[in-house]
Amino acid sequence: MDARREAVIWIGGEAGEGIASAGDIFMKTAARCGLGAFAHNSYQSVIRGGEVVLQIRVGAHPVLSQGGKWDFLLALNQNVLNHYLPAARPSAAALFNADSVKPPETSAAASLHGIPVGELTRDLSNSPVMQNTILLAALMRLLGIPWDIFVGSIRNQFGKRKPQLADLNVAVARRGWDHAEKKLSLPGPIALEGDGKRRMVITGNQAIGLGAVAGGCKFYSAYPMTPASSIMHWLAPRAARYGMLMKQAEDELAAINMAVGAGYAGVRAMVGTSGGGFALMTEAIGLAGMIEAPVVAVLSQRAGPSTGLATKTEQGDLFQALGASQGEYPKAVLAALDPVDAYYAVIEAHNLAEKYQMPVIVMSDLYLSERNVVVDPENFNARVPIERGETVREAAEGEYLRYRDTVSGVSPRALPGTPGGMHIAASDEHNEMGVLISDWYTNPTMRTRMVEKRMRKMNGVRRDTAEGAFLCEGPEDADLTIVGWGSTYHVLEEARRALTDSGHSAQLIQFRTLWPFPAAGALPILQAAKRCVCVENNQSGQLARLVRQETGFSIPFAVRKYDGEPFSAGPLVQALEICLRPKAPAVQTLISAELDLPVTYE
Amino acid sequence: MLNALQNAFAALDLDRRNLVVVSGIGCSSDLPHFLNVYGIHTLHGRALPVAQGIKMANKELTVVVTGGDGDGYGIGAGHFLHAMRRNLDLTYIVMDNRIYGLTTGQASPTSYKGHKTKSTPAGNPECALNPLALAVAGGATFVGRGFSGEPIHLAETMKRAIAHKGFSLVDVLSPCVTWNKSFSYDYYRPLIVKLDQDRHDPSDRDAALRQALREDKLPIGVLYEIDEPTFAEEEPSLQGGPLVRSRIGLTDEEWAALMDEFS
Ligand SMILES: Cc1ncc(C[n+]2csc(CCOP(=O)(O)OP(=O)(O)O)c2C)c(N)n1
Repeated sequence: MDARREAVIWIGGEAGEGIASAGDIFMKTAARCGLGAFAHNSYQSVIRGGEVVLQIRVGAHPVLSQGGKWDFLLALNQNVLNHYLPAARPSAAALFNADSVKPPETSAAASLHGIPVGELTRDLSNSPVMQNTILLAALMRLLGIPWDIFVGSIRNQFGKRKPQLADLNVAVARRGWDHAEKKLSLPGPIALEGDGKRRMVITGNQAIGLGAVAGGCKFYSAYPMTPASSIMHWLAPRAARYGMLMKQAEDELAAINMAVGAGYAGVRAMVGTSGGGFALMTEAIGLAGMIEAPVVAVLSQRAGPSTGLATKTEQGDLFQALGASQGEYPKAVLAALDPVDAYYAVIEAHNLAEKYQMPVIVMSDLYLSERNVVVDPENFNARVPIERGETVREAAEGEYLRYRDTVSGVSPRALPGTPGGMHIAASDEHNEMGVLISDWYTNPTMRTRMVEKRMRKMNGVRRDTAEGAFLCEGPEDADLTIVGWGSTYHVLEEARRALTDSGHSAQLIQFRTLWPFPAAGALPILQAAKRCVCVENNQSGQLARLVRQETGFSIPFAVRKYDGEPFSAGPLVQALEICLRPKAPAVQTLISAELDLPVTYE
Repeated sequence: MLNALQNAFAALDLDRRNLVVVSGIGCSSDLPHFLNVYGIHTLHGRALPVAQGIKMANKELTVVVTGGDGDGYGIGAGHFLHAMRRNLDLTYIVMDNRIYGLTTGQASPTSYKGHKTKSTPAGNPECALNPLALAVAGGATFVGRGFSGEPIHLAETMKRAIAHKGFSLVDVLSPCVTWNKSFSYDYYRPLIVKLDQDRHDPSDRDAALRQALREDKLPIGVLYEIDEPTFAEEEPSLQGGPLVRSRIGLTDEEWAALMDEFS
């Protein structure tokens, strides 16, 4: 039997038991060995000690999704072992602290390795937190990871400022390593050998922060809301270094209004939030549309409505983004595909926002924002195009028209401080000068002209966003055409390839520009498709609705998931195979029952 | 009111192109339209956050915010409190007519208890908010009051507020002759006392609070003024020039350092 070239590892415990740091060390080690890896945090709300499970998939090739059931489980407490044993794959192994966790009596599919943590570390430390380091070290040894690289990642994790803690962890790791060398062996043939190239690890939100810094964003304001908060956490200690101000505002209303003010005054400004916060921001997004101020809003979706599932993913806010604010005004909505794409999407958003003087929404979700992935550093290019749009340097006193009715709809901006450019940026309907036409007299002709002037910008936006508005993978004459959007890209592509490997021809169309919807480009491909299925992390089929609205094309089949978990390729492939049957159901709903995650009702 | 502001600007000899007047929504918010400066007319209750964004982006601008009592103390009350804590160098002028004017006469946060309005026909059941006391307690570093019936005195108070380094509030008693007949010029005149003639020490916080809470009279002038570091002086990102002039793009070293963090 050939050795498998990848493995799925779950690290589970309560928040605070050291899952994140073990995961970070693992990811960094993988990146430095030249392996591919992907981590998805599947966690319960931590209000009452819910369990957190970090799902990592590692392979001797690029890894772009979290995979399915586990090959290795690091169980940091008894509940984790009990709950997750049924999600083991054949020839899997669970590692746990033999001092505090007892193997269940019922015979399990996985081999169970209790490691005597206390005995191994008695002379070093008796902190229970060290068990994560021991278990991780044992796993690393089993997987054949070079010791030096592993140690380098441990030291990196503690930074230069905590050398004693790093030393202690290295010493503890050695005990776990040696124990595994003497006592443990791989439960099945797994060969993980990297190509030796040093890669990098980045989360979606870090990539969004990096895009902001590289794209010249100088003002970021936000109010904490999962899963957008970590953009703020990443920027906070770095912003000043790059001439950027990161402001935690008193609420989302303040955050977006500050950003609109900063954008009006001439800096690239951005906010980040989740659906609930975005709902509060929408009035000001319309303000930006009306006064024609550039602003970028990152909308990282979580399961809703209302406060919904704070720590779970969903693609449920597409129509909220499209319908943000009252009335009609030009805007763009981009849905990033992965962290690398999020980096470029943020930069593109700032360019569009300034060039067209309008709000631009970049959509992410928990699955994309918080995924931690190994990528090639060459994917990130520091030299990115920066388009700042038309501004006026100086104007003759009394002659400048802020809202000049132009062919493109774009009226050159005078930033405060520009000689002769004084004007009113008015949120009420106004004429070309900015003088209100709303209150004392309403001028129907002027109103019509101004609406048309603003909307004319969409022609330019449509041109600028057409290229790369969606990706096509696979043959055009495929038996099955899969349609998706944003963060699900790699899972859908993985499923498409798996279908292809099992003899079905399959094509993927993944949308990245949602507004203006690339109808002209997409419609011929959809019409040519033999059988079409739309796969979305929501209940109502939001993309399918948008496609129908914008193209008249009705996608006949749907696979949907709205249990808070992302798709994983295995169950998705099964669902897609059902779609290929003669009497396929129109809608299939997937539930992550195979993960058997514990649910705590608060 | 408008005259007073124009006079204050003139007296301070400010360059009009570096002046931004930000307003919310309400009758009072049309004010920037009557001034030849940069003006931005925002949303109901959101003038302060927009103004703060402008000031953070370009600390060289002089930013004056105008609004009504409904706008600032009602829908915008949260922003009002937090703007004071931040002590950005802004001047906030509230035209306080104790009524919602633009929406034709409902009770506002500064309407007195018992006041009959369109929305409180049986008399306002809520007590009035005291913006001056709130500002003294809330961290404003300048708190003043003016009366639109005393335009010269008002211009002087505005001038001092704009010249003040830090967050300034000027609450302006502005009778709304259309919707609020109870609070007319004649109502206010006997109640007004000018603080400046009253040997009041504006750096004394307790004295300021006492003046703000007075029930016998309505003191006008500078109630409170202290010197505290401003946001721009304390915020690390604003230690160089204004953000609008901050360099775009990263140097090779900066990029390499960032990429190194990830590997
Ligand atoms: C979100 C929102 N809610 C309500 C309104 C309607 N509105 C416009 S002005 C106003 C009240 C203004 O009162 P005030 O701030 O006291 O100013 P005045 O008109 O009395 O000068 C209201 C409620 C609005 N524009 N936006």
